[in-house]
Amino acid sequence: MKDGKFLTLGIETSCDETAIAVLADGRTVLSNVISSQIDIFKNYGGVVPEIASRHHLENINGVLDESLAEAGVTLDDIDLIGVTDGPGLIGALLMGVSTAKALAFAKDIPLVGVHHLMSHISANYIEDTELEPPFMALITSGGHTEIVRVDDYCHCQVLGGTRDDAVGEAYDKVARVLGLGYPGGPKIDKIAKEGDPEAIHFKRVYLEKDSFDFSFSGLKTSVLNYINHEKQAGREINRADVAASFQEAVMDVVAEKAIQAVSQSGMKKLVMAGGVAANSRLRDKLGALCEKEGIALYRPRPALCTDNGAMVACAAYYKYKSGQRGSLEMDASPSMPL
Amino acid sequence: MNMEIKRTITIKNEEDTRAFGLKLAGELAAGDVVALIGDLGTGKTALTRYIAEGLGIKSRVNSPTFTIVKEYREGRLPLFHFDVYRVSDPEELFNIGVDEYFYGDGVSVVEWADLIEEILPENTRYIYIEYGPKEGERIYKCSF
Repeated sequence: MKDGKFLTLGIETSCDETAIAVLADGRTVLSNVISSQIDIFKNYGGVVPEIASRHHLENINGVLDESLAEAGVTLDDIDLIGVTDGPGLIGALLMGVSTAKALAFAKDIPLVGVHHLMSHISANYIEDTELEPPFMALITSGGHTEIVRVDDYCHCQVLGGTRDDAVGEAYDKVARVLGLGYPGGPKIDKIAKEGDPEAIHFKRVYLEKDSFDFSFSGLKTSVLNYINHEKQAGREINRADVAASFQEAVMDVVAEKAIQAVSQSGMKKLVMAGGVAANSRLRDKLGALCEKEGIALYRPRPALCTDNGAMVACAAYYKYKSGQRGSLEMDASPSMPL
Repeated sequence: MNMEIKRTITIKNEEDTRAFGLKLAGELAAGDVVALIGDLGTGKTALTRYIAEGLGIKSRVNSPTFTIVKEYREGRLPLFHFDVYRVSDPEELFNIGVDEYFYGDGVSVVEWADLIEEILPENTRYIYIEYGPKEGERIYKCSF
């Protein structure tokens, strides 16, 4: 506690980012530090390598110190530690979980493990302090494409997900074929603004009627076939048109299914989460559809959409308040269901 | 492409992919590694899904590109599904304990295996996947 506020430390290491944040009373961000944003790490050779858990190990103490200092608190002020315990890359997850357990044990602080997707959803509670469940959530990122019904702060039901590639992954792969570079999401979003979304018709894959599942692998192949076909015919490829048409085919399906899920549930709120929530076309499409259907649309700012510690702390706070406690026996689970 | 090709198979459609995957799954034992090498969109994840089905795995098998590896443990043998598309240096995989998977109690299927060929075990089964002449067709060139 500090100044009468309940302080939660949130630790996130499920994939590329080493991220730690301090939250006051579950929804106010005091600090939100992500390794790739700290200048001191640039001295170690530029970009933090992508998958090496060894690098989480090198970063995590620095990120922790920075996060506490920025919040103006010490470990003795922390009331709760929240950590992502799955799903994710096992070696990476273990770094966060081990750090959390060590801190909890050394300082005798309660510990709660949280699901990565619940954290992404919780980012919205920070963005909009009035938001309360129940609502429908659309999670789209490099590794996830899921429609989730959120019943309360700790309970939810996955209604559908991708059967092959995640949205962000399809973007990355198409961006690579178009020679746009990494990460594909922002690059395609940007160049698509100069293209015609109706220039090429890529088939929309809706799967079975009433299914909230997604499939983007076929669309990825269609784009590749189109590019190869044009190249063979000796025609120049208009990258902006391909990007715009691809994006339109993805977002038509994503937006339509999300709205369908909200309508069927009788809910009036749709919450966006995950890195692809920052996509401007998805936001515009959902915005227009939500307005038409009388649905309130929520979306976190970009810094809370990508992996961060604040969303972990928020999810942990509500789990703790509902009476759930983790133990020092806690383990990381690479493929944890929601 | 330096592995010796023992047989070349034409896969006409997804049913052929499934038949191939189911048959291959029946031949696999703990510690086996299957390397899938082929361009985007050649159906590496689809083939892996049918190998999983052949092992008796019921969970959804989707792309592990983002997390590098996904584990499935409810089948006849555990399946470790790798996608090393994002890996820039094979050495990085040692940091996630790759040898515990490759030499472990299950079967490893590795998409984009050409990116990490130098660290694959000697007994690895290679499948090179190419586009066939007709739409939807694939050519499997197998080292076994």
